[in-house]
Amino acid sequence: MSFPWANQYQPQQPLMKWLDEKLPLPRLVYNAIGSGYPVPRNLNYFWNFGVLAGAALVIQIVTGIVLAMHYAAHADVAFNSVEHIMRDVNAGWFIRYAHMNGASMFFIVVYLHIFRGLYYGSYKAPREMVWLLGVVIFLLMMATAFMGYVLPWGQMSFWGAQVITGFFSAIPGVGEPLRVWLLGGFAPDNAALNRFFSLHYLLPFVIAAVIILHIWALHIPGSSNPTGIEVKDEQDTVPFHPYYTAKDGFGLGVFLILFAALTFFTPNLLGHADNYIQANPLSTPAHIVPEWYFWPFYAILRAFTFNFLWIDAKLWGVIAMFAAIALLFFLPWLDSSPVKSSNYRPLYRKFFWVLVADVLLLGVCGKMPAEQPWVILSQIGSIYYFAHFLIILPIVSRIERPEPMPNSITEAVLAKHADDASAATA
Amino acid sequence: MASESEPSAAVEDGVRRRDFINIAAVSFAGVGTVAVVLPLVNQMSPSADVLALSSTEIDISAIQTGQAIKTSWRKQPVFVRNLTTAEIDEANKVPLGSLRDAQTLAERTKPGKENWLITLGVCTHLGCVPLGAAEGENRGDFGGYFCPCHGSHYDTAARIRKGPAPTNLVVPPYEFTSDTVVTIG
Ligand code: HEM
Ligand code: FES
Repeated sequence: MSFPWANQYQPQQPLMKWLDEKLPLPRLVYNAIGSGYPVPRNLNYFWNFGVLAGAALVIQIVTGIVLAMHYAAHADVAFNSVEHIMRDVNAGWFIRYAHMNGASMFFIVVYLHIFRGLYYGSYKAPREMVWLLGVVIFLLMMATAFMGYVLPWGQMSFWGAQVITGFFSAIPGVGEPLRVWLLGGFAPDNAALNRFFSLHYLLPFVIAAVIILHIWALHIPGSSNPTGIEVKDEQDTVPFHPYYTAKDGFGLGVFLILFAALTFFTPNLLGHADNYIQANPLSTPAHIVPEWYFWPFYAILRAFTFNFLWIDAKLWGVIAMFAAIALLFFLPWLDSSPVKSSNYRPLYRKFFWVLVADVLLLGVCGKMPAEQPWVILSQIGSIYYFAHFLIILPIVSRIERPEPMPNSITEAVLAKHADDASAATA
Repeated sequence: MASESEPSAAVEDGVRRRDFINIAAVSFAGVGTVAVVLPLVNQMSPSADVLALSSTEIDISAIQTGQAIKTSWRKQPVFVRNLTTAEIDEANKVPLGSLRDAQTLAERTKPGKENWLITLGVCTHLGCVPLGAAEGENRGDFGGYFCPCHGSHYDTAARIRKGPAPTNLVVPPYEFTSDTVVTIG
């Protein structure tokens, strides 16, 4: 669907006319990301991160396919094949560092994309399905990145695999057989490494497919915007091309500069030195940490140090960690406020920033060893995380009095222009 | 003719030929699907060569009292520890009711060989290798093993005493083939 005033695709050249009759692919592109897609005129730079996430996925797929040409998925040689990529393969070091840091950049933009949604209420009707598909993509990304990190078969790869598959053994009864089935052995070994490689290759393409659904669902109501007010008429929109292709192009440039800085100047900043030691099944590193993008969830996992009710600490930790993500599926129904944008939600806005601080705190706790004060801090942080979604948000959305809102996107934009103009002349 | 009498026969017993064909075809496809899915699921289970590693012989003659060694069985670390009399006494002193996973030292060792504590070196929390088998490593608050990953403490019978692990270190199936040789698995 699109707005009635959307530009119509009109092929000029005979070839394009011929193609449009046989396979209207250019028409699809024109209507999806070309001049045929009307977009609110007031999007800010937080609306860049979706396109940036897409770019990050393309970079991962391209660098990944190249790495797979030189990598060998066998427990005896995997570690050495990665060293071979680093030392012998032409520009291999560059491609591997790009893939390693590309994963981090991917998570950075996706986290910003998610928090954009939380701030501007993008998860609310009529865009619930867009949000739900987004959470699915997030889960798939986490699975992909976890399995990718196992491939170089360093110490962190191995012990990460051991600990993460250990989650499954917490399930009563079927847990241990399930873990053995997933690993194809009693501990991570060749069978596990091979299947992780196979799935690590597959999942990014599944992600690409879910992204298509995500965008399809988005294009039914069209993009939201910083005011959260829905588009009312033609004045409120501009065509995606050239307005937002240009704005996204600029964002992409900034993204690539940061990505290049990370890849060329500090390629190992976000990694862990222990992963340059070959996997040793008989010796655990003193301090196991996952990649930075898992730290907040790892902190929640470790926050349970005691049995509670009739469930033991280990199972609680695993339940809490998965619940922390699963909770996001229910968000559209936990927040009942009809106002989308936090710009007009004085109370929710404050709690939003507390949540940001809480997730950052959990991140630090997940990185630190399981000692005081980090244990108690991660317990407080985890309680707050759940309280935000399950208690604070439902209450706030009932008692809050929103600030006065403009009648339309255009009115909001023009009011802002008037303010800027009077500020300039004053 | 048979084909002419069919419609009336079908009406009589309430079953139409087409219903039967539908159910039969869908059931057949269902059985076929299961027959294909089973091997696809089962291929993920440990393969024959992985299972073939399932027994290991260890010579324990060189392990002095108070010492331990680390070896491996089915690619998992195994601790073999020669307990001192003090360690045995300490393990036997603990009241069973105070244990998270109540077991006596005798239940975890072989009769007459109470000094040989043989367990997997796999923390029952999330699977790290606990410290304490090698000389000079941290043995935790109870003198057995200590898992540094999330802080689980095991006692001198390798029973969980403190920290997140739910159960004692696992005692693998094993036998004394002679006084100095143990076969695990
Ligand atoms: C969603 C997209 C992807 C993410 C988030 C991702 C993430 C990762 C991560 C974190 C690593 C470990 C890097 C290291 O420490 O060395 C890795 C390694 C690897 N990935 Fe990916 N990846 C993605 C897509 C792909 C694709 C599409 C392929 C191949 C078709 C691929 C092939 C590989 C290979 C061969 C390795 C091992 C070499 C190495 O360790 O550098 N990846 N991936
Ligand atoms: S794995 Fe040993 S305490 Fe968590």
